[in-house]
Amino acid sequence: MATAVETAGADAPAPRSGRRPKKNVLSDGQGGLAGLLISPTMLVILLVVGIPILLSVRESLFRRNDGIDPVTGMIAQGESFVGLQNFTDIFANPQAVPAAWGSVDRLINAFLNTTFFTVVCVVLETAIGVAMAIVMNKAFKGRGLVRASILVPWAIPTMVSAKMWGLMFDADGIVNKLAGHQTLWLADNNASQWAIVIADVWKTAPFIGLLTLAGLQTIPDEVYEAARVDGASAWQQFLRITLPMVKPALVVAVLFRTLDTMRMFDLPWGMIGPGKYYVETLSMFAYFENDAGRYGQAAAYSIVLFLYIVLVAFLFVKLLGAEVVDDPETRAIQDRRRAQRKLAKQQRLSSRAGSTVTTGSASS
Amino acid sequence: MSNPRPIRAIVALGSLTALLATAACSGSQPAAPASGGQQTASSANWDEKGPITYAQGKDTSGNVKGEIDEWNKAHPNEKVTFVELSDSADQQRADMVKRAQAKSGEFSVMSVDIVWTAEFAANGWLEQLPADKAPMDGMLKSAVDGATYFNKLYAYPSTSDGALLYYRKDLLDAAGIKEPPKTWDEMKQICDKVLPGQKGMSCYAGQHQKYEGLTCNIAEAVNSAGGEFITADGKPAVNTEAAIKGVDWMAGWIKDGTIPKEAVTWKEEESRTAFEGGRILFLRNWPYVYNKAVQSKLKGKFEVAPLPGLSGPGVSTLGGHNFGISTFTKNKGTALEFVKWMNSPENQKRRLQKASNAPTVEALYSDAELTKQFPYLPTLYESIKIAKPRPKAVRYSDVTLAIQDSTYAALQGQKDPKQAFDELQTKLESLTK
Repeated sequence: MATAVETAGADAPAPRSGRRPKKNVLSDGQGGLAGLLISPTMLVILLVVGIPILLSVRESLFRRNDGIDPVTGMIAQGESFVGLQNFTDIFANPQAVPAAWGSVDRLINAFLNTTFFTVVCVVLETAIGVAMAIVMNKAFKGRGLVRASILVPWAIPTMVSAKMWGLMFDADGIVNKLAGHQTLWLADNNASQWAIVIADVWKTAPFIGLLTLAGLQTIPDEVYEAARVDGASAWQQFLRITLPMVKPALVVAVLFRTLDTMRMFDLPWGMIGPGKYYVETLSMFAYFENDAGRYGQAAAYSIVLFLYIVLVAFLFVKLLGAEVVDDPETRAIQDRRRAQRKLAKQQRLSSRAGSTVTTGSASS
Repeated sequence: MSNPRPIRAIVALGSLTALLATAACSGSQPAAPASGGQQTASSANWDEKGPITYAQGKDTSGNVKGEIDEWNKAHPNEKVTFVELSDSADQQRADMVKRAQAKSGEFSVMSVDIVWTAEFAANGWLEQLPADKAPMDGMLKSAVDGATYFNKLYAYPSTSDGALLYYRKDLLDAAGIKEPPKTWDEMKQICDKVLPGQKGMSCYAGQHQKYEGLTCNIAEAVNSAGGEFITADGKPAVNTEAAIKGVDWMAGWIKDGTIPKEAVTWKEEESRTAFEGGRILFLRNWPYVYNKAVQSKLKGKFEVAPLPGLSGPGVSTLGGHNFGISTFTKNKGTALEFVKWMNSPENQKRRLQKASNAPTVEALYSDAELTKQFPYLPTLYESIKIAKPRPKAVRYSDVTLAIQDSTYAALQGQKDPKQAFDELQTKLESLTK
C-alpha cells in the first residue's frame, strides 16, 4: 500500500494542480519491507489464482475439434482457436431452452436464474437473519441453546441438506402432506425454483444472523437508554440506532452471501438435478459443458460468471462502502487522501474561477 | 490516473477466487494435434505381459475384490491392482475421461457403461479387440452389439441389463386374469377391471423423472411402438409416425392419470417403493427390484413379465457394462487375458449369484441352478434378447439431454408430443452430424 502511494508520487509527471504533495505524510517509510514481507503470499496467489485465471482466459478462446470421420467413426482430435466465438455464440447460435423466463438461450437462462436466486435468497436471508440476530441478542433463558441450534443448518454440508430437502419436497414428502396439496417440487417448474429458495434461505439465514449478532453486540446499551429517555419507539430505535450501527457488519455478511449465492451449484444439482432449466445456474451450466468435453465453452461461461461476480462485488464496495478489511490505519490514510483531493479540487476551482482562460485549456 | 484502493480491490478479488475452480479445472488442454484417433488395432502389442490395473465403480457386493485376489494368486507376475471408483456413474465416467484425455494408461482395464462405449471408442481411448483374440461365440447378440462401434468391437461385454414388467399377480388372479398384458391396451383393460376395488392405486409407472432413466423409458416406448431413435445408417428418425405414437402413449397416460401425475418425479427407487406400497399395479423396472420385492410385504404376490408394446411384446432398453482396454496402457496382453478371464461363464455365474449382475453369456440364462435361484432369469432373457441399445452417439450426453428435454416437456404437458419430437429431430440431426 505504502509502496504504491510512494511510487505513484515519484512517477507522476508534475500533477496538474502543481500543488499535490510528493510524499504521503502518513507513510512511515517501511514500504519496501512491507513489500518484501507480503511477497511470498503474493507469489502463492499468483501461482494458484493468477495463472489458472490466465489459462482459463486462454482456454475460453479455443474449441475442441469434434468432427466425426464418416468411415471409421473416429472423432477429430485437438483444439482450434475460435476467438470470441464461445462468447458470441449466445447471439449467433442460441440454444433455446424453455423455462421460467420463456424460451431463451441456455446461457441467458442460467444467468437469469443465477440473478433470480441471488436477489430473492439474499433479500429473504437478510430479513430473516437480522430478525434472528435481534432475537438472539435479547437476554433470555436458554439463549446459548438457541444460538447454538440456529447454527445447525449452516453446519450441515450443502449436499446433505440438498438430499434432505429433496426427501421433504418429494411428491409424497412431508411438505406436501402439511400443505395438503400435491405440488411437484422436484419436477422442473416454478415450484422447483421456490424449493431451492426455501432450502437456501433455511440453510444460510443463520450465517447472516450470526454476523449481524456480532455487530449488534458492539452497540452499547447506553445509546438505547438515551433513545428511550428521548421517547423513541422500538421501531425508531431499530431504524435510527440498530441498523446504522450494525451496517458495517451486515454489509459484509450480505456481500459474502451474495457472492456465494451467485456461485450456487450443489443445492440445485443435488436436490432438483442436472438438466433442469428452471433451476440451472451458471456454475451448473459451466460444469455440464465441461463434462461434455467442451472445455472452451465451459471456460467462457465461467469467465462470464467471474466477471459478473467482479462487477457485483465492485458495486457493493463502491455503493455500500463494504469494508471487507476494516483497518484504522488504512482508513486514516484514505481519509487523509480524500481531504487532500478535496483541497486540491477547491484550489483548482478557485484558480479557474479567478482566471479568464476557457475551461478547455484548464484540463490540459 | 485515479486513486485506486489496492487493498479493497485485492480482497474483493481474493474472495472470488473460489469460483475459478470450475474454470481452472478445465484450463490445461494442450492444443497439440493428437494421433490417438487414428490408431488401429494392429498397432497394439497383445503379447506384452506384466502388472495392470482395473477400474470400476464401487464394489458394493465385495465380489470383485475376491475375483481379483484369485487372479493374482494364479498370476503372480501379472498382478492386477483394483481401482475402486465412485458409486456415481457420472463420476466414474469423469474419472476415466480425465485420464484418457491426458493419454494416461493409469486405468489399464475399465468397466465402461454401455452408453459411454461409443464415445470412448470414437475418441480412440479404447483398444479395438481383434476377432481372433476375443471371439464372441455364445455371447448375447444384443450385448455384443452394445460393445460394437462402426462394426468393430471395442470392448468385451461383461454384464447386461434389461427391463421387466412387475405386476401384482394376487390382484390379477382375484380378477380372474390369467395372463400378464402383452400390449398397452391390454394393460389398460386389466387396470379398468382391477383398479375400482383398489383405493389409491394407479395403473402403471416407470421412471419418468428427467434423468437417464427417462431416456431408457422413452426409448422403450418408441421402440415398442415400432419406431427408432436412430436408424441403422445413423440418421435420427424420431418424428416418424411410429415414434410419436410411443410418446403419445406415455404423455397420454400421464394426462389421464393411468400413470400417476407424481411419476414425473420418480426414479428407480421412488417407483419401486410405490409398487411395494401398493400404489401402482404395474411397474417397469430393472431386475434388481426382484430381490428387494421378495423381501417386502409383496413376497409371493407379484410376478414378472416381458414389457408390453403397442401391438405386441415391447422392446426393452439395453443396459450393462463392457470391459474396455485403454489405448494408452502397457501390458495389453495381460489386460486381454484378464478381461476374458473376468467374463468367463464361471465368473459371470458367480457374479450373478453374488452381485445380481445379469450375465452376457447366453447359456447362463437357462442354467438350472441359476433359474432356481433367480426365477426371473427366463423372463429377463426374453427381454434382453430383443433389447435395443440407446443411440450410439459420440456426443451421448448431449443426445440424452435433448431426448429428455423433449420428452419431459411432452410429459409435463408443456408441449404437444408431435411438436416436441419435431424439435428433437432437428436437434438430433445437428448432434449426429
